[in-house]
Amino acid sequence: MFGMVPAAVSTGTLSSVPALLAFSALPLAHLRPLDIAVIAIYFGMVIWIGFYLKGQSNTGEEFFMAGREMTAWIAGLSFVSANLGSLELMGWAGSAYQYGILATHWYWIGAIPAMLFLGLVMMPFYYVCKTHSVPGYLKLRFGEHARVVAAISFATEMILMSGVNMFAMAVVMKVVLGWNITFSIVVSSVAVALYVGLGGLRSAIFNEVLQFILIWGGALLVPILGLVQAGGWTGLKAKILTNLHSDSYFHLWRDTGHFASNPMGVQWTGIVFGLGFVISFGYWTTDFLVVQRVLAAHDLRAARMAPVIGSFFKMATPFIVILPGLLGLVLLQNPDGSRRQLVGEDIVHACAVSGSADVLDNAAACRAAMDQTTLPEAYQEKVLSGAQGTELHSYNEALPLMMVRYLGPGLLGLGITALIAGFMSGMAGNVSAFSTVWTYDIYRALIKKNASDSHYVMVGRLSILIGVAVSIGAAYLVMHALGIMDYVQALFSIFVAPLLGTILLGMFWKRATAPAGFLGLLGGIIFSAGLFVWVKLNPAKLAVVALSDAAKPMAENVYRALWAFLFTVIIIVGVSMFTRPKRIEELNGLVYGATVLPKEEPVPFYKSELFWALIVMIIFAALNIIFW
Amino acid sequence: MEGSKIGIWFFIGLLLTLYGVLIVAAGTVEWVTGNYAATVQLTHLHASIWWGGVLLALGLFYMIRFRPVAGRK
Repeated sequence: MFGMVPAAVSTGTLSSVPALLAFSALPLAHLRPLDIAVIAIYFGMVIWIGFYLKGQSNTGEEFFMAGREMTAWIAGLSFVSANLGSLELMGWAGSAYQYGILATHWYWIGAIPAMLFLGLVMMPFYYVCKTHSVPGYLKLRFGEHARVVAAISFATEMILMSGVNMFAMAVVMKVVLGWNITFSIVVSSVAVALYVGLGGLRSAIFNEVLQFILIWGGALLVPILGLVQAGGWTGLKAKILTNLHSDSYFHLWRDTGHFASNPMGVQWTGIVFGLGFVISFGYWTTDFLVVQRVLAAHDLRAARMAPVIGSFFKMATPFIVILPGLLGLVLLQNPDGSRRQLVGEDIVHACAVSGSADVLDNAAACRAAMDQTTLPEAYQEKVLSGAQGTELHSYNEALPLMMVRYLGPGLLGLGITALIAGFMSGMAGNVSAFSTVWTYDIYRALIKKNASDSHYVMVGRLSILIGVAVSIGAAYLVMHALGIMDYVQALFSIFVAPLLGTILLGMFWKRATAPAGFLGLLGGIIFSAGLFVWVKLNPAKLAVVALSDAAKPMAENVYRALWAFLFTVIIIVGVSMFTRPKRIEELNGLVYGATVLPKEEPVPFYKSELFWALIVMIIFAALNIIFW
Repeated sequence: MEGSKIGIWFFIGLLLTLYGVLIVAAGTVEWVTGNYAATVQLTHLHASIWWGGVLLALGLFYMIRFRPVAGRK
């Protein structure tokens, strides 16, 4: 999946797809029969799992909640895998190539505190109230109106994002392997529809765990071999200093004092409060796509432990994402042996060669684009000649280029399988979460209230098929009207902050009332969408939203989220003061201070989620200090 | 996993074993014939053999440790 969407949005991963599509003359990799066999075995396995689990997904609880019998490990790996999409892998590897380890903020401060907060603080409320979904929690806490707003916005976002991801995946497969776009869309969507439609959430979770292992198995070898060739971490730093004359690539915080002092154009307040609090907590604690995986745990302790387990792996992910980007900076080579410099999608697009003859499509545009780069003059002339072997590659191609560099027959198939697995785990997450919210929070709430359990399971299966079909439609819609993509991607960042404000106040403030929850959520969404449209229509207003003339688009999402969160909180607090709260006994199981939590059996310290969360926090703090 | 005869770890073990066998075999053929892919770097490290070996060992461990047993849920 696109992962924490702001990542993909901010890096321009998805918005770069049109440019990728335009530049697809030569695939990056050529698969051998063994590589094809590795990919085919993967597809066979995921479909087999779907058929195998069909018999265990007959009731609503089994189909939508995986029977609530997942262990902490399975729920935890699925929780983090649903987020680990290929676009995210490729996008952040490209970001690391551009910005260095600043990109790691999206994996550490942008994830770890929120994951621990979900496990230790919020999960008891989600779990004890036995909700099927996050909108379901809002129904219990704030009533039907709030649930409907959250459910419709979430279902719409899931299905559209699934389509955008499907299209983006097909484009990446075309660029990396030269595969036909329709072929990629049909094969991946049929596989996902089969295994999720047959086995429900249980099958989605099983496959996410499998996909998680494959992503690591396929991608981990690249940084290992890269470090060997670079002479270890010390050698890599020395090579970057020699070639790029800057040590900013190795510092997480040192250069974030001002927007202009780092290449991302972000400032530490935006990173800490916008990313580290609003966006991160919004995604990891209220986005049903990930929360659903933890709700499937077999008991409260497993549900609390699952995000803690996930946080270890999230914290390690930069090793397979950020490090390949950094290594690519100094190890990738042109065919003539010189250091290969990746460039922005706009430059690649300007210098495209789409015809069979080695002639640039638009030599004038390419010459203008060359002036914006730091490519050596001799190489610029080669590019302008349109000669074979001088194709430009974009930042987002850093990871596949590194794979092609190090992975031989079979291993390359495994690496490509890792990318496909990432796409499919995200897509399966989208459709399984959509199916649950559609069936329980829209269909049952608004269309047919008192049907049998088997009827709802049938609706759930059908909604997966229909959801995949609509996703395919959305994918082709995006292909034919690429401007839509920006708006679809913005949906997440528009919804997440108001939802976080509403759920946090609902869960931790007894005085918050039902009308306040509904109005705060709706008002926050409208406010957030308004800010987005304002900057879209007038890009100069970015300086107002992000509080600085030096702010770059990367800063917009974090600051918009921050303002939308504060706006939502102000509305909820204000309206609550003038409306009547629920009685305290009605808040049992929903609100901190009004809930009697079930007593858990004492366990040895090494089995306690608190102990492991403490270990995570110590490592997290140490990493931030080491890479300060 | 609880509640099913074949757990996810067995499926993972099976897949890793298959991949391990294929990749080790391919790496061995490369080493014996000396016929390496021209664009691939560090072929002298024989990554296919040891990485495939790691996958194979992990796969076998999971397959044996989590093999389906009649009556076990």
